[in-house]
Amino acid sequence: MTYLPKPKLHHPDATVNAIGFTRRDYESAVSTLCAGCGHDAISAAIVQACFELDLPPHRVAKLSGIGCSSKTPQYFLGAAHGLNTLHGRMPSALTGANLANRDLIYLAISGDGDSASIGLGHFAHIIRRGVHMTYIVANNGVYGLTRGQFSATADKGSAGKRGTLNADEPVDLVSLALQLGATFVARSFSGDREQLVPLIKAALLHGGAAFIDCISPCVAFNNHAGSTKSFEYVREHDEAVNPFDLVLGPPDTRDPGEMAEETVRDADVMLRMREREAEYDLHDRIAAMTYLETRRAAGTIVTGLLYLDPEPRDLHAHLETVAEPLTHLGDAELCPGGTALAAFNGTLR
Amino acid sequence: MTAVNDFVVQFSNINGSGSASANRLFARAVLRMGVPVSARNIFPSNIQGMPTWFEVRVSGAGHLGRRGDGPDLLVAMNPQTWDADVAGLQPGGYLLYDSTKPLPRTMHRDDITVLGVPITELCHGEYADPRERLLLRNIVYVGALSALLEMDVAELERLLAEEFRGKARLVAPNVRALHLGRDYAQAHLPCPIGLRVERSTAVGDRIFIDGNTAAALGCVYGGATVAAWYPITPSTGLVDAFARHCRRYRIEPETGKRRYAILQAEDELASIGIVIGAAWNGARAFTATSGPGISLMQEYLGFAYFSEIPAVVFDVQRAGPSTGMPTRTQQSDLLACAYASHGDTKHVLLIPDDPREAFEFAALAFDLADRLQTPVFVMLDLDMAMNDWLCDPLVWDDARRMDRGKVMTAQALDDTPVFGRYRDVDGDGIPYRTYPGTHPSRGAFVSRGTTRDPFGRYTEDGPTYVDNMERLLRKFETAKAFVPAPVGRPAGGPAVAGVIYYGSTSPAMQEAFGILAHQGIALDALRVRAFPFAQSVAEFIDAHDRVFVVEQNRDAQLRMLLVAECGVDPSRLTPVLHYDGTPITARFIAQEIAARIEHPSVAPARR
Repeated sequence: MTYLPKPKLHHPDATVNAIGFTRRDYESAVSTLCAGCGHDAISAAIVQACFELDLPPHRVAKLSGIGCSSKTPQYFLGAAHGLNTLHGRMPSALTGANLANRDLIYLAISGDGDSASIGLGHFAHIIRRGVHMTYIVANNGVYGLTRGQFSATADKGSAGKRGTLNADEPVDLVSLALQLGATFVARSFSGDREQLVPLIKAALLHGGAAFIDCISPCVAFNNHAGSTKSFEYVREHDEAVNPFDLVLGPPDTRDPGEMAEETVRDADVMLRMREREAEYDLHDRIAAMTYLETRRAAGTIVTGLLYLDPEPRDLHAHLETVAEPLTHLGDAELCPGGTALAAFNGTLR
Repeated sequence: MTAVNDFVVQFSNINGSGSASANRLFARAVLRMGVPVSARNIFPSNIQGMPTWFEVRVSGAGHLGRRGDGPDLLVAMNPQTWDADVAGLQPGGYLLYDSTKPLPRTMHRDDITVLGVPITELCHGEYADPRERLLLRNIVYVGALSALLEMDVAELERLLAEEFRGKARLVAPNVRALHLGRDYAQAHLPCPIGLRVERSTAVGDRIFIDGNTAAALGCVYGGATVAAWYPITPSTGLVDAFARHCRRYRIEPETGKRRYAILQAEDELASIGIVIGAAWNGARAFTATSGPGISLMQEYLGFAYFSEIPAVVFDVQRAGPSTGMPTRTQQSDLLACAYASHGDTKHVLLIPDDPREAFEFAALAFDLADRLQTPVFVMLDLDMAMNDWLCDPLVWDDARRMDRGKVMTAQALDDTPVFGRYRDVDGDGIPYRTYPGTHPSRGAFVSRGTTRDPFGRYTEDGPTYVDNMERLLRKFETAKAFVPAPVGRPAGGPAVAGVIYYGSTSPAMQEAFGILAHQGIALDALRVRAFPFAQSVAEFIDAHDRVFVVEQNRDAQLRMLLVAECGVDPSRLTPVLHYDGTPITARFIAQEIAARIEHPSVAPARR
């Protein structure tokens, strides 16, 4: 971490986005994480994605659990409200927040200990309910704040810093998310900004539960030889299925060429993709699960957008709630009044 | 035995046999005749086949607590419990049984009147459908009772017609069953027996409603839009009722869409998390649970206390600990709620004494949670929540508006030079908050459980931590003026002692005052309705050398709170404790208090 505060002055020529904000308007306090931490790269990617999408920062609600990753909402979108909840319990709070106000953009930040160990149950249920959100797990396979214990995503046979071998099978959050019905599932790597920024942008535009498992090496406790979550190991074994650019605009602006297009949300938001794996079908959930397992057996870390349902339904659709955020409803809409109560009394005599 | 409008009928059934609705029909028919009743379903944690009892106390004098001792009239429909049920009947009492199979004479008592009605045989002769044969047996005995107790059968017929409104084809077989029983009794039994229901006006305009239904309606009136819960007896009925009320009152007319969201969570950890997330975001949200759920919610409750997020929790208490006796009543979660969570925490509790007050306190809980920015518990119990109680009608002032407390709008933020989420601007310990998404550049903060300064910035500085904890205490002090004040009932003359009670003990206590007064024991009484305690609670204790504290738990939990929070000498507070899972009775209270007043050195008889 640095002890230097950020300068208050902005560069006069800083680029401004469509709603008049600079990149700096999407930043916040200085990170207190270790120098070189993968999580800071994720924060930077979130800042970049929100800036490029012209999102008003205060319309984002950022929620997190406990752990190094869950500290990061303090380091981006300073104008947004944050809820730094309990260890493993952020998904329930986010679910409630989303029910209360469907008009905000929900950004969930968690870690592998938070979502795959203590909070596995809550993670599973927020995914299966289809809560409209972008859920990012900064996945480093290790506990940082308590100094180097394995988390549930640590690969079997990977070595801890002091040489201990992990004997347990890993929880693969991507496979789980697919199985549990997430409508946008991706894996990325904090060291691959080119891939991560468009993925976050696409996730933010998605109309349902979007999940990104972002491998984010821990420079303090899990970046050594024998680790399968080190920068070096991930770079060597990373296999992206579909590097892509995100293009906003009506369908007629598309560039035919080699680009295949995928609708993320609405007809006017398009995802342009260069297809590397011709046989990879983004909309086939079962094929995605098989592909992941096959590549995993081959020792490869598959990254990219792995599954997309172009017509997601979210929890509000399931619950048939009104279009107006529940939190905006007033006495007139909510309280039936004295006459109705008198009538109700009449049925109880 | 002879009695008019003053007796207890016990129905002994097998659960899952459809008896509860027939028994309730009987109770409501007595009410329709203007005679007060209290009805209690005593049931096992089971779906089908276990013994279950339904007790109806008919009391022209208006005593609504459980009377205690055995019933005066037993409707014995469960051979499994026959022996114990018959043995419990009061001397001179009446036994109504299904005489299709004659029972051996040895199983009867000589000091009771045995009334046989061949219920099964009558049903078999009348109905072809096996299900009807089974279910309508219950209506047959209600019919027989109507003759034996000289009840107005027209009231029963009207109730059946109302019950099956819209399902006309069900009315006729039910009315037929009613008359099968009634006609048989009139032809073969000495009608009326010594017990009779006589028309009265004692019910007045009171309503018959269970606490879960009433509290759920309070949530609708209080503006709750998000409910998250996990099924647990005895609180499940509260959420079921909320869903029912919402379908009726909360549908947007133009679209048919819902102005509410009810989510069955994966566990209680999630239910409270959903509530806190929704409340942080500006919705009024609640959960309903019981003791085990409260245990699971502990961590989040402390988080809400410390990050100052409103939340409303209904705790429908049951006998504990652990799974305890899930279908039996107790007041044993007081401490678990008052000091829920780790670290230094204290919570606001509202303690209604009947369904009407449960409605009122439910709606109030949302205002208090918003005003105080903290979790508020509404403490119900199984007896009040799952049984229909006779109580005053529910009332609502149409001029009332939701009080959202200190919430800054975008305009207010623009007009305020300095905003700090945890600054005590007004000196009452309550800071100002903003809802997420309010202002493009001002008023945002990160809510967290870790310590922070008045501006919401992370710090582990000791004095800043202490300042904040002191402010939270100041806020708790402020709460004393907001919560419902205790209700006093002076003896009206010199009193030998004071008595403090709360919640569903209320009806038994009212009756006990009469019994004790009859024995020359006059008591000043105070019904506590909330925690933190108002100053008047300590004053009441100060004004009496001896104060009985009547509770339905083993450890005298309210007494502990009084000792801890009011600095009272424990020796002045004498516990009167009932905790066997059945509702407390006036006879028990009167006996315990009288024994200690007359023989102060005698150790209390535990029950």
